Amino acid sequence: MTAKTAALDDRTTSFLRRAATVLLVICALWGLWEGYKWLWETAGWTWPFAVNSTTMPHLHDVVAAFWQPTTTIGAIARIGTVCEATMYGMIPRSRKRDCDSTTARRKPIVPPSRKPARASLPVNQAAFSSERIRGGPPVVVGLGSKGVAGWKAVAILAAYLTFFPVAINTLRGLHSVDPRAVELMHSYAATRWRVLWRLRVPSSVPYIFTALKISATASVIGAIIGETPASIQSGLGGAIVNFNQYYALEPTFLWATNVVCAILGIIFYLAVAGTERLVLRRAPEHFA
Amino acid sequence: MTEPAAANVVEIEGVSKSFRTGVTALQEVALDIRAGEFISLIGPSGCGKSTLLRIVGDLIQPTSGSVTVNGKTAHQARLDHDYGIVFQDAVLYDWRTVARNVSLPLEMLGWDRARRRARVAEMLELVELTGFESSRPWQLSGGMQQRVSIARALSFDPPLLLMDEPFGALDEMTRERLNMELLRIWDKAGSTVVFVTHSIPEAVFLSTRVVVMSARPGRIAGVVDVDLEQPRTIDTREDARFFELITTVRETLAAGHGGDASRAGAAEERF
Repeated sequence: MTAKTAALDDRTTSFLRRAATVLLVICALWGLWEGYKWLWETAGWTWPFAVNSTTMPHLHDVVAAFWQPTTTIGAIARIGTVCEATMYGMIPRSRKRDCDSTTARRKPIVPPSRKPARASLPVNQAAFSSERIRGGPPVVVGLGSKGVAGWKAVAILAAYLTFFPVAINTLRGLHSVDPRAVELMHSYAATRWRVLWRLRVPSSVPYIFTALKISATASVIGAIIGETPASIQSGLGGAIVNFNQYYALEPTFLWATNVVCAILGIIFYLAVAGTERLVLRRAPEHFA
Repeated sequence: MTEPAAANVVEIEGVSKSFRTGVTALQEVALDIRAGEFISLIGPSGCGKSTLLRIVGDLIQPTSGSVTVNGKTAHQARLDHDYGIVFQDAVLYDWRTVARNVSLPLEMLGWDRARRRARVAEMLELVELTGFESSRPWQLSGGMQQRVSIARALSFDPPLLLMDEPFGALDEMTRERLNMELLRIWDKAGSTVVFVTHSIPEAVFLSTRVVVMSARPGRIAGVVDVDLEQPRTIDTREDARFFELITTVRETLAAGHGGDASRAGAAEERF
């Protein structure tokens, strides 16, 4: 009992420490931004660009822009639009853990280890982001010309972008099993099917979640990018294009939109990470 | 082969194993194990003791020779659930609770839920882990995990328990305590045990017979009958005969390998 409360205390402390770190980082970034702006304005430097309230508005102005009617009313609807497409994109993928036994039997291409998979996460992020910015719009335009509704095309795009990381990581997970655990199953005369369901699939779940965490933010980006060629005006993609044109008049709107995009990505990430914690009752060191 | 065949749980005849790397892990190994025996396989690294255990358990195939378990081929014995296996690490599924880890083989055998639950409770009591049913493996100490693994191996009453250095990763005190526990369990469960170890005192303390192996190529250098009184107690470790037998095993080991033990292959341990 005491051990349990101690563990709980530990968790609370670590949570508070994390929260403090996040707060500190936000403050530091805020300070950097405002410091830069102040320094460049007072010194009158123009390199690499002239700093004024159009190029770099005050952050409190950006935050204030959230509550301006032009954005607030729209933003909720906009987030809704993006969320919808993102969710549709992610759900079918996570359900499709494609576990047919022929692929499960093949040898792993990449030597299975949890650490490299986790370490390469940011790199994967970057690689997939650039790919989806290049490849996204043509997909949406192509599907649009086939008569697929705009939001559906965006959902397909988001799904397509999440497919590869999830599929690859699932395969990697299916092969990542401790060979002695497989021997153990053999000693129970387990069929291939049972080895798959009782051993390989459960041990691949952490890998699927790693992939879903990449895909969570990626699919948000995909949905936003896809909206522009799909001519969805009510989404965040549309808002970015729109506010970009009025940037000289009201720069805070575009910045506010960017912040919303970032927050949305974080929320999706946290949703997946939270689900992971609920689903996977694993040793703490298994969490990224 | 002087004993009648029916009394033998395991009959190993002329078993050799070479790996594709050209290493001969085992050469012409012959051994009969009688029902209820506790056999230790001991020898330097690379002598093929783990390989022999795996061949008996039908996890790898011998290059030549045959293994008969309960009058069947090793393969048929595996299909008939004749083996309980314990590895050096507990190899527990960390997505399952302790109770569900123990019941895994029972699920494989198609036992119904009520029967499974009763047996799991019984097994956890045997390894003194009652109360840890819903704990996760990673919340337990190494010794406790290994006890879960033993409970899992014994849960379906396999006639043959194969243990590959089960206490190798544990500290000395835990190891000695688990030795006592293992003997108690063996006495209660009445199964036959084949036990691989690096420790001479452990082998002598636990076994009814110690099979001493030598490396390059792996073969049996000698078999030492352990005529210590049963059941073994803490006092057994103080017995003069205990020390004599340790010396005998050590001498057999020394005679078995001609000073080549330091280089004796790393090849076997991987399998």
